[in-house]
Amino acid sequence: MNQQQIQQCGDELYEAMVSRTTIKPLTERFDDISLDDAYHISLRMLERRLAAGERIIGKKIGVTSKAVQNMLNVHQPDFGYLTDKMAYSQGQEMPISEHLIQPKAEGEIAFVLKKDLLGPGLTNADVLAATDFVIPCFEVVDSRIENWKIKIQDTIADNASCGLFVLGDTAVDPRKIDLTTCGMVVEKNGQIISTGAGAAALGSPVNCVTWLANTLGKFGIPLKAGEVILSGSLVPLEPVKAGDFMTVSIGGIGSASVRFV
Amino acid sequence: MSANNLNAEQIAAAAAHLERAELERYEVTKLTDDYPEMTYKDAFDIQWEIRRRKEERGHKVVGLKMGLTSWAKMKQMGVEHPCYGFLVDYFTVPDGGEVKFDELIHPKIEAEVAFVTKKALKGPGITIADVLAATDFLLPAVEVIDSRYKDFKFDLKSVIADNSSSTRFLTGGQMARVEDVDLKNFGVVMEINGEVVATGAGAAVLGHPAASVAMLANMFGERGEEIPAGTFIMTGGITAAVSVNKGDNFSVRYQGLGTVTGRFV
Repeated sequence: MNQQQIQQCGDELYEAMVSRTTIKPLTERFDDISLDDAYHISLRMLERRLAAGERIIGKKIGVTSKAVQNMLNVHQPDFGYLTDKMAYSQGQEMPISEHLIQPKAEGEIAFVLKKDLLGPGLTNADVLAATDFVIPCFEVVDSRIENWKIKIQDTIADNASCGLFVLGDTAVDPRKIDLTTCGMVVEKNGQIISTGAGAAALGSPVNCVTWLANTLGKFGIPLKAGEVILSGSLVPLEPVKAGDFMTVSIGGIGSASVRFV
Repeated sequence: MSANNLNAEQIAAAAAHLERAELERYEVTKLTDDYPEMTYKDAFDIQWEIRRRKEERGHKVVGLKMGLTSWAKMKQMGVEHPCYGFLVDYFTVPDGGEVKFDELIHPKIEAEVAFVTKKALKGPGITIADVLAATDFLLPAVEVIDSRYKDFKFDLKSVIADNSSSTRFLTGGQMARVEDVDLKNFGVVMEINGEVVATGAGAAVLGHPAASVAMLANMFGERGEEIPAGTFIMTGGITAAVSVNKGDNFSVRYQGLGTVTGRFV
């Protein structure tokens, strides 16, 4: 794709997000779209958000489960950016009618860093040493692509289908828990709908953060102290609508909840 | 509990038929095809008759198990209520040991947490609180299930009669007290040949694994039976059951309860 097409796609995705509309899959319009093109489109979309006054506060890792990788026929994760406007607090109402199009919720473990991480060559030990704490999280993913008809390039271009996110309020030192086996229970309107454990994301949530640090490191981009990193879903995505109340609890970490209005 | 529609002779014949399928390793059609009129009472009577047959031959009952306790399992099997079964001495495989694939029909494995009781439990009216108070300790367990029914397809009455697909089990050696494990949220990770194939958390078992033991005590209570002190009870799969092949090795990790490993040879 040329620079002009990339810019146009990024603008379309940004405008779709703001106006809560969807666009046709980019992969249906451009058959030569590469992963690199897709990331450049996502950067254009991000540029528009920053121009509108948003601030980067972290990153998210997506496509970390085998089920989603098989669905998209890829064998690596992807990533997107988190801005301040996407962050919600525990118990706060999340207004679907103002900010979301076709949301789905997923339970995750978020990492908050206390030191910069610049790959490549980083190991899980580096990531754990740089982690201030882990915290329970609901990521509410959303797609600006019609009916979630995404291929990997579509979701990458669309900021890894990130919508909004909610953090819980129990911060735990990663040295105190086993992130691979820690269990997750997701409840929707009081009913348990799914369970999982840390290993559901690339074998361990730590593997996901290490992958991201090394991947960004190739472009000289660090993960920064203070940033929030969403490490990837441990359970299947759950479509949500106004009126739904969801809770995620994670063994040894705590819980987070979100009420959609 | 419902009454019987089958007579003692039919129950004995059905028990012999299902036990032979287990011991000689062949598939049979589901029992409700042979006895469409059978009731839940008939189904449990057939299971208890299989148990009696094994005890009569000198086998020792070493524990109990709950089955179809997770929403994933009930959905996978198309049934709507859990069931129980018994475990006998030759079902035991040591941690790190070998499960002989050729003795089984179409085995699957599931990760579970097991309770060992220190007080008798007699339903009806047993709650999670009674179960926790009566629990000596917890152990991690892997259950090998193997339905005697063709293609692992059955209905609830048929699976009850078939001892709830029980066949083999392994337990880990790391015990824990109930107050030290967050039984609702503790996670399990199942790997086969080094690949993560399933994950889950305790709540997958009826919302809390102790609820499974309470249900077992209450189901036993319906027959006037109690669960004696010192009983080993597997509470049901935390993950969906995963099919295995000869040569597969498996390793299951439990948050706060160590690991269980084994191989199919």
